[in-house]
Amino acid sequence: MSAASPGAGPLPGYNFAYLDEQTRRMIRRALLKAVAIPGHQVPFAAREMPLPYGWGTGGLQITAALLGRDDVLKVIDQGADDATNATSIRRFFARTAGVATTERTDAASIIQTRHRIPETPLRPDQVLVYQVPDPEPLRGVETREAEARRMHAAADYGLARVALYEQIAHYGRVRQAYNHPVIVNRRYLASPSPIPRFDNPKLDHSPALQLFGAGRERRVYAIPPHTPVHSLDFDDVPFTVDADDTACSLCGATDTYLDEIVLDDHGTRRYLCSDTDFCRRNRDGGPDHE
Amino acid sequence: MSDAPLLEAEAVTCRFGRVTACRDIDVAVHAGEILGIVGESGAGKSTLLRCLAGVVRPASGTVTYTDAGGREHPLHALEDSALRRLARTDWGFVHQHPHDGLRPHLSAGANVAEPLLRCGETRYGRIRTAARHWLEQVELDPVRMDDRVRTFSGGMQQRVQLARNLVTEPRLLFLDEPTGGLDVSVQARLLDLIRQLVARLQVAVVLVTHDLAAVRLLAHRLVVMQQGGIVEQGLTDQVLDDPQHAYSQLLVASELRC
Ligand SMILES: Nc1ncnc2c1ncn2[C@@H]1O[C@H](COP(=O)(O)OP(=O)(O)O)[C@@H](O)[C@H]1O
Ligand SMILES: [Mg+2]
Repeated sequence: MSAASPGAGPLPGYNFAYLDEQTRRMIRRALLKAVAIPGHQVPFAAREMPLPYGWGTGGLQITAALLGRDDVLKVIDQGADDATNATSIRRFFARTAGVATTERTDAASIIQTRHRIPETPLRPDQVLVYQVPDPEPLRGVETREAEARRMHAAADYGLARVALYEQIAHYGRVRQAYNHPVIVNRRYLASPSPIPRFDNPKLDHSPALQLFGAGRERRVYAIPPHTPVHSLDFDDVPFTVDADDTACSLCGATDTYLDEIVLDDHGTRRYLCSDTDFCRRNRDGGPDHE
Repeated sequence: MSDAPLLEAEAVTCRFGRVTACRDIDVAVHAGEILGIVGESGAGKSTLLRCLAGVVRPASGTVTYTDAGGREHPLHALEDSALRRLARTDWGFVHQHPHDGLRPHLSAGANVAEPLLRCGETRYGRIRTAARHWLEQVELDPVRMDDRVRTFSGGMQQRVQLARNLVTEPRLLFLDEPTGGLDVSVQARLLDLIRQLVARLQVAVVLVTHDLAAVRLLAHRLVVMQQGGIVEQGLTDQVLDDPQHAYSQLLVASELRC
């Protein structure tokens, strides 16, 4: 594992956390606006980052704008701290900001994530930063950007429900496993970044501040602490998460999001917690274990 | 029919650059009435229709819509959101080309469901029932309601477009050459369906066409356009049986020839 030692200072010749103060302030201003209008996409002047688009440059810039010397950073990709993407982002901030990093959800003050919300319940003093590939929840149903903006302005989200209608009509239920759109604070439709629908309920009334950054699209948006977040549904076909009592083959948990691993070409499968930190501590009988 | 027209255009002029697509138009549509607009290609019929529906902003003149509560709405002075709300709840617009008025990659049911959803319906059961009902009203087999619209024939797509525009039970329906691209036999059946539906639903219609047979069958009143202006208007039978303007006479004569 490559978590940098907390004592290592930032690289000489670089600004703290890579971005210059001016840029950090610009991003923080955009974030303040985003927090003031929960779920609304706020444009910001995204900078070139030393990672390709699609590798979380939006989340990266938010994290860079927020980091202070006392922060403790955790970075996960699909729930795992040791995925390539997470490792390189963590190493990047250890080098450019010299901040402490951790794999423990409960020890982190800022958690940058791609595709998951940690299983360990978050606290009011924590910030969750999402890497968002596409911030526009209407993209799948309305390709014209101006028209999508008009729909947001008028809270005209009927078209977003058409996609749900089609799934129910064809399959008897909503099958969308990822990226199920949500209404934030009873007003704006937002993309939950592609987290699994399993995680959608955790968006609702979360005590932690949730920030979303899309680098290529140059947008940020936010869900402030304790904000109502409703997964889009019908009154008579409410949003649900499939009940599934499959257990993690490492820690035995039955209430976590599991990755399916195909072991051979006979279709033998194993299921493992996607949240590697939770799984390890569950095995160790850690604080999350009941 | 009440006295106040549902929709009234006064001195409407529309320009595209140096082209004046319609000039100084006065026209009114009353509740439950079917108004036909005829004229050759390029006469400005579609532009006038789009202007009446609030889609195209006139260079000068006004278009006023009176809602069910008797309130007047000056269409081209409204905010975009207010205009869109009216268009959603009170009007329908059937385009000549189905792909302009439908989402071809979605099912027929979803195409009919969309306007209801956009009017705020949030119950799946209601939407499903309404979609099935309106597909039946336009004589489509509900067995096909979950098939993608692009797998339908042109005539069937126009029926889906009709259903999609009737599901919100509008007071006013704009039809722009609704049978334009169809085979003659399909055209006749579709026109007959439109005639039955609008009579039953008591919806007011503005029908643009260059097909005099269509207006003979459907329209109570007729407007004849030439080069952006109205040359004659009156009761359909009157205009067609005893055209006064030379251009109307030419139109009627050319219909008789073919
Ligand atoms: N969007 C547009 N841009 C420029 N010119 C247009 C546009 N729409 C219509 N026109 C012009 O306005 C005139 C009237 O067109 P239109 O209203 O489509 O006639 P019709 O429907 O009777 O065939 C034509 O000269 C046409 O070329
Ligand atoms: Mg036309």
